[in-house]
Order: sequence, then structure tokens, then C-alpha cells
Amino acid sequence: MAVIRDVMPAFELFQPANVEEALSLLNRYKSDAWVMAGGLDSFDWLKDRIKRPKVVVDLVGVKELEGVRASGDGLEIGAMTTLTDLVRHPLVREKFGMLLEAAEAAASPQIRNQGTIGGNVSQDTRCWYYRDGWECYRAGGNICYADTPTAMNREHAIFDADRCVAVNPSDTAPALIALDAKMVIRSTSGEQIVDAEHYFIGPGIDITRMTVLKPGDLLVAIRIPGTWAGSQFYFEKVRDRKVWDFPLVNVASVMKTSGGTIQDLRLALNGVAAHPVRLRAVEAAVRGKPRNEQTAEMAGLMAIEGAKPLRHNGYKLPLVRNLVKRAIRGVEGSWTS
Amino acid sequence: MAENDPVVTADEGQRGVSRRNFIKGVIAAGAAVSTTSYLFRGGSILGQPSLPGAVERLVTLNVNGQQRRVDVMKQETLAMTLRYKLGLTGTKLGCDRSECGACTVLIDDVPHYSCSILTHSVRGRKVVTIEGLASPTGQLHPVQQAVVDAQGFQCAFCMPGFVMATVGYLKTNPNPTRPELAHGISGNLCRCQDYNKILDAMMLAAEYTRRSSRA
Repeated sequence: MAVIRDVMPAFELFQPANVEEALSLLNRYKSDAWVMAGGLDSFDWLKDRIKRPKVVVDLVGVKELEGVRASGDGLEIGAMTTLTDLVRHPLVREKFGMLLEAAEAAASPQIRNQGTIGGNVSQDTRCWYYRDGWECYRAGGNICYADTPTAMNREHAIFDADRCVAVNPSDTAPALIALDAKMVIRSTSGEQIVDAEHYFIGPGIDITRMTVLKPGDLLVAIRIPGTWAGSQFYFEKVRDRKVWDFPLVNVASVMKTSGGTIQDLRLALNGVAAHPVRLRAVEAAVRGKPRNEQTAEMAGLMAIEGAKPLRHNGYKLPLVRNLVKRAIRGVEGSWTS
Repeated sequence: MAENDPVVTADEGQRGVSRRNFIKGVIAAGAAVSTTSYLFRGGSILGQPSLPGAVERLVTLNVNGQQRRVDVMKQETLAMTLRYKLGLTGTKLGCDRSECGACTVLIDDVPHYSCSILTHSVRGRKVVTIEGLASPTGQLHPVQQAVVDAQGFQCAFCMPGFVMATVGYLKTNPNPTRPELAHGISGNLCRCQDYNKILDAMMLAAEYTRRSSRA
């Protein structure tokens, strides 16, 4: 599609000063309202004329949603905290180095200076058929253009495809799932707290959404419990270019070991399904096993069980197998703590 | 009234009749016309009750240390305002999709893609473009001087963006290693593929910046 370089089509703009005002606007306009955080995902949709919201609620002025605070032995991160502020925060560096690596791996410096953690986890998929305005399942139609015999689907899903084969592009999402983060969601009817693992949804639950957020809902904060602070972390992202690109696959793990035995761990992948995938079966299989090459090999093989590659993304199977292997075994010199 | 409008007087310091200045003059005049027409019918709009967070069309921006009054559409990006309303055409528009870095400006000393931020979002914040780097007497900023001395760019379309990204990055890390600097300004593309030369120039820029802050 040709890139359009003139001014976006008109919309009504609101820049509320606090969460209450934002929620009342979202409640008033419901599905006509578009929530904008850093805007890096939003502007592509608006400039390309693919999404035409009547009302944009820009959270840039909601200062109470910015910043990282200690919360018990964990952290509470305001949803409008930029990725740069997250990376520079001493508590993140000290306790959850993996989240720093994941956030620093996203996009480019200017995007991290403006893009927020809330936006990073709530962004839409980058499937180009969908982004270019093709009327696919996710856009309300009845076909998946990325899953036809001639489709270009190198970046698409190998797990849990249900009509749609798009993938979640977030780098921080698997890290937050591994760290057992909780998402704090508010609306005019109250507050709910959702496990990071269940914040993301696949096409089987709702093919038009990537997260549990419904019209009127606002992600206000992400809480990371102290459970995994300072444990052994592994994060790795594989992409085509070192800057800008979304992950082909990324992996995040947290682990506690004792005398060479894996006591406990959590392991998540992204870029392989419409939602980040927590590898519960692998976790259960390696718990209590010695941390060695053999266990890692088994974990890697288990991780790709049930994978269904498309025509051009078969390479993701060895990629996942090896990334999971590394996450279990570790790679010398690459530990964040 | 229009004579007091800073939009109109933006380029009065420059008397050249180059193509560039002629175009900038036309842009400034257009902005003045649209601003004036807004003022004439502004009264009826201002009386209406508004929802919390509603924005006004006429805003005052802090650009390069000056207060600039400008008529801004709700969906207008900062790059559009800078180039086509304020005549600050040093900020380039490459991709208009946060993918090239040519439009990089500093907002409160932090590099941002001006194509991907609403002008309304920078009210009350300090915007600096490539035009705002040199001192009022015309002395170049150390980063600009280094670019000139090292002849860092080939076609230089990407240069204003690279310079702004470097100025912003050096504020957070004044003494970078070459790989650190490369990572710090990795949000800018050069289609001449002149990256090594650009990095040479920007390492020199870091040295000049350190020297000027000591002086």
C-alpha cells in the first residue's frame, strides 16, 4: 500500500489530566474512543486510514500513570512509564534485570523515549495483511490472507492459530509473564487485577482483540511481585535488524536453582502465537531436574510439540527449540544477574 | 494585529531571496492567514461548554526558546506544525512512520520522532529543532561544528535528525564508547549508508561537547 504522507483524517481529541477524567471519557464514548498512550502503534493505524476512530483519548497528560514505585519487595509500574524510564530505573536494574533487557530490545531509542510499557503490552499485531486494511477475520471478515497457499507468512504463528495466524509483537510481554506480573485494569465500574498470562488473549477467545481490555477499560499499572527478584534470568530476542524490528521469536525465563538442580522456573515465548505463550508443560517437566545439557535438550524438544508451521515460518521450530534450550541451560556470560 | 504575530515575523532576520526562504515566507504567510481567520470567528466557539481534556485550536508552543502562537488541528503532528506552520523546514519528513529518524527533535531535551507526536502533546514542553542549536550570534553547536569539521554526511537529508538524536543522547551519556554511541543513535537511518563516517563525526561531536561544557 502506498504510504500516505499528509495530515491524518480528523478526530475529536481529548487530553485528560487524570485517570478519572480519562475513564469518564472512555465510558462516554465506549467503542468510538481510541486510547492512545505513546502513540507509536496508533499513528500507523490512523495515518494509513485503516482505523478511523471518532474520538482519541490521549493519555499524555495523565501524570499519575507515570513512574516506577517500590511495592513491598516488588514494583508497581505506571502504565504510562516510557520504556526508557523503565530501563533507567535503579530498582528495575537491581531486581528485575530481565525486564530491562526486554524493554531495551524494543524498537529504537526515540520510540523507547515515547513508547510506554502499557502501550507495549497492549499493542496490536503487525500482520501486514491486517495492518494494510485487508478485510480478514481479525478485521471482521471471513478469511485469513496470511494462511493461503501463496501467502507471505514468514513472521506468523506456529502455535494456537484459530482462523487468524497473527502473532503478538511485544518484547516486554514474555518477560512480564515470566515474572508473574499482575495487570491492574480500571473502568468506571471499578478495578480488576489480571495475571499477565491471562491479560493476552488468542483468536479463540476474541479474534478482534489482543488483550482482555474492552471498550471503557484502561490498563493503569503493572505490578511485579518480589517472588522472582534477583533470580536467574534469561531473555533473548531474535530479529532481522538490531533496531526497530519486532521479534521473530523471543524467550524469557526466570529460574531458581539449588546445587545444580532446577527448583522452580517460569518460561514464556512471544512471536509464535496471537498471544505470548507460557510453556507450562516444559516448566513441569524440568522442575526438580539437574540443570544440564540433557534437561535443556529435552525442554527444547518439548517446547515445539504441537507446533504447526505455515509455508514460510518452519524456521521458527529450530529457533524456538534452541532458544528454550539456552533459556534452561544458560549461555555463559549472558546472565543478567 | 498581524504584525505582532510571531508567526509572521519568524524569518525576518533572514533577508536572502533564496528558493528556500521564499518557500518559508509563503508558508509563514499561509499560517498567518489561517490564524487570523480563526481569531475572527473564535468568539462563538469559546463560549461552548467543553468536556474535560478538550483541546483548543490556538496554542502557544515553546520552540527554540521562543513562544510561538499557532493554529493547530487536533490530528496534526509536530513535524507538520514545525515545517508547514512555523517554517522550520530543517526538520525533515522521511517516512512519517517512526521508521527513519529524519524528523527527530528534542522535547524537554529528549529525542522524539516529531512525525509521531501530536502537536497538542507538546504544549508546555520545550521543543528544540536543528534551527535552535546554534547560538544567537551564529556560533554552531559543538555537534554541528563536529559534523562540519569531519564532513560527516554525504547527501545530509538525514543530518538534522542525526544531529538532534546525538545532542539528546550526549546529554544522558557525555562520554560514550563508539558502540554505545552507535546504539544511542540507532533510531536514525542514512540511505547513503554512511554510518562509519557519521559515527566518526559524532564521536568528535562528543569530544567537542565535553570540551565546550568544561570551558
